[in-house]
Amino acid sequence: MANITNFKQIGVSFLALSLLIPMVINSVNAQQVTINGAGATFPFPLIDTWRVEYKKVNPDVNVNYASIGSGGGIKQFLEKTVDFGATDAPLSESEFTRAGNPVHIPETIGSVVLSYNIPGIQDNSLKLSGPVIADIFLGKITNWNDPKIQELNPNLALPSNTINVVHRSDGSGTTFVFTDYLSKVSQEWSEKIGTSKSVPWPTGIGAPGNEGVSASILGSENSIGYVELAYALTTKMNYASIQNKDGSFVLPSINSTMSAVSATASSLPQGSDRWNNVSLTNAAGPNSYPISSFSYIVLYKELGTNPSINQQKAKSIVDFISWVITDGQKFSEPLGYVPLPAPVVELNKQTLNSLTLNGKPISTN
Amino acid sequence: MNSKDHKAEVAHLIRSKSNKFNTGDKFFKALVFGASVYALFMVVLVFYALSEGSIPIFLKEGVNFITGTDWNSVEGRESFGALPYIIGTLISSSIAMAIAVPISIGIAIFVNEMVSGKIGTVLSFIVELLAAVPSIIYGLWALFVFRFWIRDYVELPLHNTFGDNLYIFARTPFGLDVFTAGIVLAIMIIPIISAVSREVIKAVPHSQKEAAYALGATRWEMVKTAILPYGKSGLLGASFLGLGRAIGETILVTMIIGNAVGLSAIPTSLFSPSQTLSSIIANEFNEASGDFHLSALIGLGLVLFMMTLFINVISIFIVSKVTKSNSNLRE
Repeated sequence: MANITNFKQIGVSFLALSLLIPMVINSVNAQQVTINGAGATFPFPLIDTWRVEYKKVNPDVNVNYASIGSGGGIKQFLEKTVDFGATDAPLSESEFTRAGNPVHIPETIGSVVLSYNIPGIQDNSLKLSGPVIADIFLGKITNWNDPKIQELNPNLALPSNTINVVHRSDGSGTTFVFTDYLSKVSQEWSEKIGTSKSVPWPTGIGAPGNEGVSASILGSENSIGYVELAYALTTKMNYASIQNKDGSFVLPSINSTMSAVSATASSLPQGSDRWNNVSLTNAAGPNSYPISSFSYIVLYKELGTNPSINQQKAKSIVDFISWVITDGQKFSEPLGYVPLPAPVVELNKQTLNSLTLNGKPISTN
Repeated sequence: MNSKDHKAEVAHLIRSKSNKFNTGDKFFKALVFGASVYALFMVVLVFYALSEGSIPIFLKEGVNFITGTDWNSVEGRESFGALPYIIGTLISSSIAMAIAVPISIGIAIFVNEMVSGKIGTVLSFIVELLAAVPSIIYGLWALFVFRFWIRDYVELPLHNTFGDNLYIFARTPFGLDVFTAGIVLAIMIIPIISAVSREVIKAVPHSQKEAAYALGATRWEMVKTAILPYGKSGLLGASFLGLGRAIGETILVTMIIGNAVGLSAIPTSLFSPSQTLSSIIANEFNEASGDFHLSALIGLGLVLFMMTLFINVISIFIVSKVTKSNSNLRE
């Protein structure tokens, strides 16, 4: 009996304490701002690092980021339930129109590599060209010793085995970038399949996530698939060098991706323009790696379009993103992301300066 | 006088007792009624939400949404047909059932009839432990370990021996296909079916078994003539419970079925990749941005819902029919 009373007392005191806790937190939180974002899974490790590191720069700002996928991020951005959205593909024509006044802020760059597992062919020595990759993923080239592959690799002894094609089964920005590239280099791909986050694959095995694709390639000989650069680097898979627009074979790396972005940077639109035709794939330049893309943060040009954004929050958002595109970029490389080249940072700064709250520029508020 | 008093007291007591009993009874009745209404309400709500969400796709595709084999979510080329995934779901769960039902009933008979005491208890405890393993664990194990065994020791020998003549073994196995998915699904539902079957077989009266033995039946004959006919409806119910799990299983299937899309998701051999209704929803829902794409996925949910509902109705029908014929038998 005594025990029961004790338990009751303990329970009651816990209850009392738990009622107090929110009050205490609230009083501490009075000066704090929470920025909510949602979207793409691809930049999540980087955004999560920024969240932690930015806390050291400005302890009063909390960043929440839910990596629910680009589609979900855009949806929540349009419904104004988050302060910023993140997406691997730029807003489409119709999404842009629905948003009214969105701005695109490229926050990092990713590249997609063709990983392979062919017995006896090591050291990233396989060479492929865009049309050959398209034919493999269309199911037209079915064996590794196909003359079209052999022609690109005169020094390799390619096996006669069937090619196991592995692709992503889930909708993803990685697939978007990869199919965007294939649509540019193969007429047949662009007519039959097209560019999207999930496409009607004519052949191959679908595996969920970069992890699933990596596991399928590593586990099965004679297979080929596409993954993010970071995954290929950390899982020590072999990957192919790809013939770029200028005709040279380029291995994927941070540097070769940077060259591709720099080649495109001068033709980028303003932050508040439509970005749906922006694409870094198949970029010109002798050192440009041909399959890469921006990942974007999307905001409203007039931040007040989202009624939950007040002056203090608007300033925090702008400060955070300014940090992300400058100091924050130093965290990209160790995680396998490509830092933004200077012209893109400059463009982003202009975009941020053009943002307003209730018609007034943020910085002078 | 005394007795009169007593009588009044008793009458009063009865009245108050029955009143008290009445309020409690009413309260209880309301409670259980509410609980059952809740269940019905949820079913209706789910049905409503799925139907409403899939209106755009049915308006666009019509019957073609059920019978079509295209699946294209590329903007401007949208075309959606659920048939490949319906077939994929049916084939993978059929393989699972073909493997799981005999094994599960075997386990149940063994635990109840063949071994006694401790070994039976330990064995059934272990089987129940398997039922508690989350399906993602089976999925990871299948993806990283099991599919290589299956490919190297089952699929490749079958393919090399029969591949040229039998089309069901024709395709070069990769380990991620309907066959592997069916086997792993079977492994997942065996604990469920066998746990229920065990209880069903336990409930077979001793008199039935002893009667069989008394007529000179061997152990197998006793199982055949006494246990299986008596437990038929229960065993069927157990199997349908397993089937329900197999049809709706998502994450495990997504990891190992190979996730083909559209026409190529209709398996041409046991070693072809495929896709189930639930796995394509899991695969594509996150990044579905076009209105038709989202609606098509919700439409698949509706198809899956109707399929499970249909199977449940059939199972209730079969079980009731079997029970009726059983009771006729006993008379």
